[in-house]
Amino acid sequence: MTSNSAPNSLRNGPDETGHYGIYGGRFVAETLMPLILDLEAAWRKCRDDPEFKRELAYYFKHYIGRPSPLYFAPRLTEHLGGAKIYLKRDELNHTGAHKINNCIGQILLAKRMGRKRIIAETGAGQHGVATATVAALFNLPCTIYMGAVDIERQQPNVFRMKLLGAEVVAVQSGSRTLKDAMNEALRDWVTNIQDTFYIIGTVAGPHPYPEMVREFQTVIGTETREQMLEAEGRLPDSLVAAIGGGSNAMGLFHPFLDDAAVTIYGVEAAGLGIDSGKHAASLTGGSPGVLHGNRTYLLQDDDGQIIDAHSISAGLDYPGIGPEHAWLHDVGRVNYVSATDAEALEAFKLMARLEGIIPALEPSHALAVVCKLAPKLPPDHLMVMNLCGRGDKDIFTVAAALGVTI
Amino acid sequence: MSRLAEKFAAVKAENRAALVTYFMAGDPDLTSFETLLAGLPAAGADIIEVGMPFSDPMADGPAIQAAGLRAIAAGVKLPTVLAMVERFRAKDSTTPIILMGYFNPIYHYGVTRFLADALKAGVDGMIVVDLPPEEDHELGKPARAAGLDFIRLATPTADDARLGVIADNASGFIYYVSVAGITGAKTGDVAAIDSAVRRLRAVTDLPIAVGFGIKTPERAAAVAAVADGVVVGTALVEVVAGHIGMDGEVRAGLVATVLARVAEFAAAVRRHGA
Repeated sequence: MTSNSAPNSLRNGPDETGHYGIYGGRFVAETLMPLILDLEAAWRKCRDDPEFKRELAYYFKHYIGRPSPLYFAPRLTEHLGGAKIYLKRDELNHTGAHKINNCIGQILLAKRMGRKRIIAETGAGQHGVATATVAALFNLPCTIYMGAVDIERQQPNVFRMKLLGAEVVAVQSGSRTLKDAMNEALRDWVTNIQDTFYIIGTVAGPHPYPEMVREFQTVIGTETREQMLEAEGRLPDSLVAAIGGGSNAMGLFHPFLDDAAVTIYGVEAAGLGIDSGKHAASLTGGSPGVLHGNRTYLLQDDDGQIIDAHSISAGLDYPGIGPEHAWLHDVGRVNYVSATDAEALEAFKLMARLEGIIPALEPSHALAVVCKLAPKLPPDHLMVMNLCGRGDKDIFTVAAALGVTI
Repeated sequence: MSRLAEKFAAVKAENRAALVTYFMAGDPDLTSFETLLAGLPAAGADIIEVGMPFSDPMADGPAIQAAGLRAIAAGVKLPTVLAMVERFRAKDSTTPIILMGYFNPIYHYGVTRFLADALKAGVDGMIVVDLPPEEDHELGKPARAAGLDFIRLATPTADDARLGVIADNASGFIYYVSVAGITGAKTGDVAAIDSAVRRLRAVTDLPIAVGFGIKTPERAAAVAAVADGVVVGTALVEVVAGHIGMDGEVRAGLVATVLARVAEFAAAVRRHGA
């Protein structure tokens, strides 16, 4: 894991109270505060414990299959006719996405804390599958909260979670998507405080979650650094990753934040277009607020009520974003841009045909931006895109969007 | 002396606990709610909590979640809530009003502006569920500086050290959440509540009100015997919900029925007061 000690580093956050600039914090009900403080203490201890690191490294290698390759994409590069494009293949991880990196880390922590039951929220179902997987591996009962709307559009993952032994609870409140699943998971946690560990799937929630999830995901960026040095003898010129809550992006970006020559792009989901109001781009189309334990950019109305997000990708369909992204946006280190549903679909099809890889709809948003940027760049420009998930789960959604009946 | 302190003193002089009632602002519609609000003191509510609706109430159970959605659908926004309190205050200068809700609508409105407008409307204090002592600088500290009480929640998950953190800088009263969980959930054990209230008395001189899981007048009476105040929320919000038809129309007699139920809780608190 990372060691952040340089005084002017962009990698020092959060501060002692869990803030990144004005973002982050611990905006939770008092009932949860003793647990949050316990969790923070346990996390601090594990983070610096060589035995914990050794255990984590073991599961990363032998269970997840890390390191994931950094693959030069020749046909995509040729097709776009500009920058040299590399794909960080986190879709090859066990369970098919980057989510498992964080789940292994958190369940090892849960075991050390003596917790007997696991809960999680899920949007696309990738985090739910990853959580159900580690719960099976470590023999702990597991309950996954998933919005009823998401259950409809992600049936394969619902079935996977059940096969893995998890109970999947359909959340009927609010917009019945990811934010409501998170509300319901928090309600479960506040009710079952004695024995339950809540595995949050992204770099959001109350401190220490944003920091903890980031630290488990920085393996993506750390590997990328080493692999690019090995392949090209230098660092990449640019990084591109999709952002819902922002864990795959933070995992890739964080080890490069102090390398000023590396240009970084975070891609939000623009849904039907930012102007349509039907999108999930909280940085581009939102404003600062407080939800789910942290201050960050949110989609909200003039009364501070949270607005439903929209994206073709269930994994990006969230009205907020991790607090560290909010801060990196304000300080200008990362360029936050967006891609629409239609652009992501085109990119999805392109990747399948050119590279023989069916990407998830989430990284398809990142690819849509790669398609815009790469043609304008010279052939010696090294661009890394985080291919954070595979698209098997999305084929029904994509078929429906393309008007095909499977 | 603040209106809250005066009310707790007056109730104590009657040798009983205070009845604190919770309703969601504007539920089920603005007119019904304002009639209800105006009738609460006569029905026996000593202190009134007014819920500020929020789209994502992470500490609330289904009854109060639904009430919040009804209020939002009825067009309730933060300025609407303040205006209703202002009209209530014009006719009642002694019953304390506490706003209860979540931080985001207040933050979005602007903390300084909110405190000024709340004070002007005649609000006495606030309970903001997602602002623990660790985030006191956000609203608690400026609220106290403005002369408004910021009521802290204490829970069964707190050890003695944590109770000290909660009591430090608390004002108005301490709201003891008698069960770990969401509003309207299971009921806490009275002996456990009694012991928790005693632990709290060791760290604070503020009055202690107990809420969450107080579903019946009998239950209110039992808790009234060990606390300075009893908070009834979900049980009353459910009476409101019971007067709404499938198509959303408000049935006749809603206000009278709800106030009659409040009177039963008020009688219980008076009958079995400490």
